[in-house]
Amino acid sequence: MVPLSWYIGLSAIVFVIGMIGFIVRRNIIIMLMSIELMLNSVNISLVAFSHYLQDFRGQVFVIFIITVAAAEAAIGLAILVALFKNKSAVHTDEIMEMKG
Amino acid sequence: MLPILFFLYHAVVIIALSVVIITRRNPVHSVLWMLVLFFHIASLYLFLNAEFLAAVQIILYAGAILVLFLFVIMMLNIKHELNADICIGEWPIGVAIGLSVMTLVILGIGKFSHGPMGQASIEAVKAETHTKALGRVLYMDYLFPFEIASIILLIAIVGAIVLAKKEKASGG
Amino acid sequence: MNVNLPFPDLAPAMPEIVIISAATIMLLLELFFKNKGVLAFMGIGIAALAMYFVPMSIGDTFNGMFKSDLYSIYFKFIFLLNLMLTIMISLQYMKREKAEYGEYYSLLLFATAGMMLMASAKDLIVLYLGLELMALSTYILAGIKKHDIRSNEAAIKYLLLGGFSSAILLYGISLLYGLTGTTDIYSISVYFKFQGSSLPVVMAMMFITAAFCFKIAAAPFHMWAPDVYEGAPTSVTAFMSIGPKAAGFAVIGRIFYVAFQSLQADWVPVLIGISILTMAVGNILAITQTNIKRMLAYSSIAHAGYMLIGVIVGTSEGLSAMITYLLIYTFMNMGAFAVIILLDRGDEIKDYEGLAKSQPLVAGLMLVFMFSLTGIPPTAGFIGKFNLFMAAVQAGYAWLVIIAVMFSAVSAYYYLRIVMNMYMKDMTEEASITPSPTLALALAITIMMVFAIGIMPSLVIG
Repeated sequence: MVPLSWYIGLSAIVFVIGMIGFIVRRNIIIMLMSIELMLNSVNISLVAFSHYLQDFRGQVFVIFIITVAAAEAAIGLAILVALFKNKSAVHTDEIMEMKG
Repeated sequence: MLPILFFLYHAVVIIALSVVIITRRNPVHSVLWMLVLFFHIASLYLFLNAEFLAAVQIILYAGAILVLFLFVIMMLNIKHELNADICIGEWPIGVAIGLSVMTLVILGIGKFSHGPMGQASIEAVKAETHTKALGRVLYMDYLFPFEIASIILLIAIVGAIVLAKKEKASGG
Repeated sequence: MNVNLPFPDLAPAMPEIVIISAATIMLLLELFFKNKGVLAFMGIGIAALAMYFVPMSIGDTFNGMFKSDLYSIYFKFIFLLNLMLTIMISLQYMKREKAEYGEYYSLLLFATAGMMLMASAKDLIVLYLGLELMALSTYILAGIKKHDIRSNEAAIKYLLLGGFSSAILLYGISLLYGLTGTTDIYSISVYFKFQGSSLPVVMAMMFITAAFCFKIAAAPFHMWAPDVYEGAPTSVTAFMSIGPKAAGFAVIGRIFYVAFQSLQADWVPVLIGISILTMAVGNILAITQTNIKRMLAYSSIAHAGYMLIGVIVGTSEGLSAMITYLLIYTFMNMGAFAVIILLDRGDEIKDYEGLAKSQPLVAGLMLVFMFSLTGIPPTAGFIGKFNLFMAAVQAGYAWLVIIAVMFSAVSAYYYLRIVMNMYMKDMTEEASITPSPTLALALAITIMMVFAIGIMPSLVIG
């Protein structure tokens, strides 16, 4: 039997990779994918907890997370399409006319 | 021994693919690698006795979300992208933040003790089939969140149409 | 399979049900009305109807996932008020900006429903879904001026950082689920009472705190706020400078006071640090701004810092002072944004030079709202701050109050600079206004409440 902590470790590593991708990359599409990566790491840990705790709540939560991820991706990409009709740049620093 | 090998294979592939995804210059390559990643995650779910979620992972993530990404990348012009810098200038700071979070979490894992056990033992689920057991929890105990999720999907439809539809010159 | 599904008791969730069904119907009606003003008035009516149901909706329902109590009722009142005032100020504005979509009003309603679900959530799953319902609607609203590139940018920036913070929140929730085996906030609280603190618990708490600091725009997670507030349509900026912030505080109050109640020693120092940093960043960076929406964004960051004091105090007086502050903040902030919308050209601070000569009434209104935001008596802002700081002093946080008062003094500089621009400087260009009945009504309500609460604090305290 694989210990639970291995799953938590795997999910932590994937989460951090997603986080680094989000902070470091400038391409909006890659940033959105990094968020998906982070959500997937959460899903891995929820399914693992659900299995080891013998409880369905974690798996139900995963279904909701996938739903919301789909909705978020749809809206994010729609905004991106609207942005592109006005200007063609996918880099965050190029589109940021307003300064931080 | 076999389960451990199975897990290790998946863990190594998932981590390697995640790194590949965030380092590609061309977003199309990232999306395609992500497809492979999602198949590995789905098979990890199978290993954790979550057959239904494995199917959902492939149908929804690989089948719907990634296709959406591909469509949008196709609509956008990525030629220009291929010559630009990949990262922000301060990337070491980002990596440092990430690594410090990871160290913290890894330290925490050693002290992790999981909570009390629930009722859905592996035998009980096997007797009922996974989809049925999950459906029972989802539609009886979690009916209320399920309704909220339906509204979230409605908003996604409305939002995508409002933001992306072409407009006549008169507007509205 | 034969199951008996007991029909859930709908009474406690009546306000949410009213809002959500009305929003759905409004989506359909949008097709038939050329004049979107009809939908706006419908929205105001629906908000009023929901407000009527709010006081009667006490109880738990839906398998104990939804809990409507006195605490959530106060917040729902604020959300509905915010909704009504936002609709009033947006009617004319959206027409002027050529972004008159009927969906705009439905999305405002959906976002408000999401906030109400957050305030009432007893289960972390409901909390997350309510949060996303609110957040996704707000992303669309921020980008609804789709021909304006700044609005697009604000929306995408808001979505990216919102999605990032949701992922962090989910990671915290997943750890919490693994540790306790449940997602029910009250069961988590019981579990921690017996188990006490450990490193993984603190980690989960840190992730959740960081995520909500994003939502309420507290430092060091505030970077998104100025850009998003500046780029979004002004009416939406007004909406999201109050609604999502109040919803974030509702959840912070619920999670920290219920779920993490026995771990107070762990989270109080963290929140104190965040609060001080937030007040410092908000107040100091606001000074250098030249755009009034950016300045109000930093000011709203600073106000989040003051409100966090209410959570830190750890008494019920502290919480109720925080809610009162939020209510007062709703009036004064909404009033300031209404003035910005009223002016045809009012985004830059230099647009206000000499306003008192060309538009004395408008300048007078702005003066009152700026005084109130600074916290000068006899306006409501003073009562809010006084109430909050009193609760903190009584709980033994006098030193924190001294810091907060110092930063309030700093804030006078940038609020009063606008007043100075209006009254002391010569006008460069004649300012023009586009009044509308609903906007005037919103201004009348906000100014009346700012004075009424300022003169008779017993209206809201106690």
